[in-house]
Amino acid sequence: MTVSLLPVWAVLAPVIGLCALLLLEGRLRPEWVAAPFIAIGLYLSISIAYEVISHEASLVYALGGWLPPLGLTLRADGVGAVLLALTALVMVGVSICAWAPADGAGGRGRSGFWALLLALWSALNLAFIAQDLFNFFVALEMLSFSAVALVALDGSRDALTAALRYLLFALAGSVLYLLGVGMIYGRYAVLDLAGLREIAQADPVTLAALALMTVGLMAKAALFPLHLWLPPAHASAPAPASAVLSALVVKAPFLIILRLWVDLLPLSAATAPPQILAGLGSVAILLFSILALRQQRLKLMIAYSTLAQIGYLFLMFPLMPGPAPWLDIGWTGGILQLVSHGIAKAAMFLAAGLIYEALGHDRVSELAGLARRQPMTLVAFAIAGLSLMGLPPSGGFIAKLLLLTAAVEAGAWWIAIVVLAGGILAAFYVFRALGSALAEGTPAVAPVALYRQGAVLALALCALALGFVPLRPFALLAIGRPLEAMEALP
Amino acid sequence: MNELLALALAFPLVLGALFIVLAASTRAALFGFFAFGLFLALAWVELEAIDVALTEAAIGGGATGLLLLRLNARMRRTVSLGQPAGPQLRIVAGLLAVLVTLVLGALLLALPDPAPSLAAATVEPLPTLGISNPITAVLIAYRALDTLLEIAVLLIAVVGIRVMGAERGWAGRPVPWPAAEPSPALVFLARLLVPAGLVFAVYLFWVGADAPGGKFQASTLVAALWLLAIMAGLAPAPRTGGGWTGIALAVGPLAFIAAGAIGLAATGSFLAWPEPVAKPMIVVVELALAASVVVALVMLVAGPPEPEAGR
Amino acid sequence: MSATILGLTGALLVGIGLFGLIVHPTALRKLLAFNLVGAGVFLIFGVVARRAAAAGLPGDPVPQAIVITGIVVAFAATALAATLLARLSEPGEQP
Repeated sequence: MTVSLLPVWAVLAPVIGLCALLLLEGRLRPEWVAAPFIAIGLYLSISIAYEVISHEASLVYALGGWLPPLGLTLRADGVGAVLLALTALVMVGVSICAWAPADGAGGRGRSGFWALLLALWSALNLAFIAQDLFNFFVALEMLSFSAVALVALDGSRDALTAALRYLLFALAGSVLYLLGVGMIYGRYAVLDLAGLREIAQADPVTLAALALMTVGLMAKAALFPLHLWLPPAHASAPAPASAVLSALVVKAPFLIILRLWVDLLPLSAATAPPQILAGLGSVAILLFSILALRQQRLKLMIAYSTLAQIGYLFLMFPLMPGPAPWLDIGWTGGILQLVSHGIAKAAMFLAAGLIYEALGHDRVSELAGLARRQPMTLVAFAIAGLSLMGLPPSGGFIAKLLLLTAAVEAGAWWIAIVVLAGGILAAFYVFRALGSALAEGTPAVAPVALYRQGAVLALALCALALGFVPLRPFALLAIGRPLEAMEALP
Repeated sequence: MNELLALALAFPLVLGALFIVLAASTRAALFGFFAFGLFLALAWVELEAIDVALTEAAIGGGATGLLLLRLNARMRRTVSLGQPAGPQLRIVAGLLAVLVTLVLGALLLALPDPAPSLAAATVEPLPTLGISNPITAVLIAYRALDTLLEIAVLLIAVVGIRVMGAERGWAGRPVPWPAAEPSPALVFLARLLVPAGLVFAVYLFWVGADAPGGKFQASTLVAALWLLAIMAGLAPAPRTGGGWTGIALAVGPLAFIAAGAIGLAATGSFLAWPEPVAKPMIVVVELALAASVVVALVMLVAGPPEPEAGR
Repeated sequence: MSATILGLTGALLVGIGLFGLIVHPTALRKLLAFNLVGAGVFLIFGVVARRAAAAGLPGDPVPQAIVITGIVVAFAATALAATLLARLSEPGEQP
């Protein structure tokens, strides 16, 4: 454990940026106010990753010097550092892509977009490094409110309806989660994960509380069967917002579920909850990959693909049978799937946004001629698709291969079959869009600035680069585990 | 004796909840919600949580009720998500409700006795903070990060509301109430209540460090008075963008973070309150937070700007 | 004992609110039901706090403080939903 203020600033710097946007509204262009805070956020995430890797220990801070169970701590462990880096990467890519065109198009909500983007960043960082069950709740509320507002940004009736549905699902999830937190407090009077790890028992109250929290988080992560809100919401938001929502926002509640079942109450893989979660994930993979195939609009297709790819994350639960799950290949495969899907999906949604801008529509069957007119965007789309299908070389390939190996080792053949089938189905829907775009045609194409296409391609190449990480449990992802309680202040 | 009082509160709460859910008219359900809020605040008094009772009465019942009542008056048609529930769905939902209630009840009864508690731990450091209300200490010291980010949640909601109305005007004045001349009785009431209420709010704020009361309660009271004045046409709604509303919204979190940095310099711990000046620093930060909370609450009820409000 | 009665009341409020949340198709009624569920959950926190009375305090301040934070957050959520509803009820915006 290294004591460091960096995690604190990673949460607070974007909040200061949000305040600065409110203060300077009407005086400076919002993107110019937000830019330095985006740069600071990137710097902080890189520093945290560097410190965690070089010390091979997590960065910890007890706020105000108050130790748990009374006080709150922030802790960037190996997984946390990786996810902060992922968040920063996607945020920078999205920011470049959303940078105001010279004519100032984008409507009056532009200032709101940057404020919400920064708020989202703070919420994500907090969700990835918080250590307290109620602190998670605050992070989730920040996350939901800014995400719902981003969905409504476009102002159309469809967008507002999608935002309302999303909000109601998110609120139902929050209430269930909070109910579980109340039960845990009543049982232990501790909300700190490390503290709970030492005393938690698998008794009915604890299991029921964790079940309530898990179901609430499932609604926020859009795991089948609590997924109904996601496709309209992610398809109605402006493309840069969709990219953040699909790549990052649904990952935060997933990570909290993971931490409940790994950090708080370690369960052997044989018990029911891991099997149930993996079962729901399998249904999501098969069902939503098929539904993605049938979508007429590109953004809806990508949204359904997100639902399927979320399913893959939940496959990891029964694939970590060891006493130290973070040393199993299932853990590495699951986290790698989270990261590679994050990058690939961000690139894909941004590419879809640029295609929409160029053609004025995103109907999958009418993309003919795009390959000739906007090759860079299409290459980015194809590379991102590679990762979703799980073809080499890509992060998605490594992630799915690890999950497959773990499934075979664990003798869970049904999981292995689902992983393979999901990949084949993904190939169908990605190639359907690519095939349409590669056809001959001479569509009227509006110009899209080259730097924006470049940003999308760069993101997609990052997803490709992930394909070169070694095929084994990753030491970085085990840093900081098992959780240790902070005994004293330095 | 106490059991009787608890039962006397439990019955109206459950009946009120049933009425709110089952009432045919939305308007009736809304008035039921106001009455329900009142009994809920009393239940909090019975649970010996005066701080929560004040917050519940002001925000949970008062401000939420006002918000929904105003919404109902402004809605020009109902917004539905899906079809009216058929008998099968009602039966399934009823069974689910019963099941959830039974499970929660069983869990509550299964909680350990004596219950684990942090009460003693919250009291011990109070002298170093110069305050004597442990709830204030939890909010401003032990779990300061939660409180700081909760204000951020309010700011996000304010931005969200503006975004949702952005088509119609990004910065402007919201229409406080369905356009109509305020009744003389309302104006009289506002002239009477606003000054008296402000005095009480200052008192609440000041006693917050020692007795129940404090930042939130005082802020919500000021916000409610402000809304009353707006409804009576005595005060304008705040502009949604720029100028002093922006300053008021940003000052709370920024002051909190600045105090955290001062704590870092003085004690080596971010968000720690340096002992000799803890109390005055806490008061200053709470004042700044109160400014943000008041403006945010008023803006949340007032909603996005309207085109007919002019620019 | 009186805390237990109010705790069971909280559980009932959650159940009743859940029923309303599922059964009512209109968004405003769903919002009201959501606030009922929230009230029930907060009440359960209050009972948890009351049961943990110690050190001369009538209740554990930590869950009480959490409820204060939670009430404010729930209000902000209601306000967001109300704005969406008001916008959606405006006539003449059908595509």
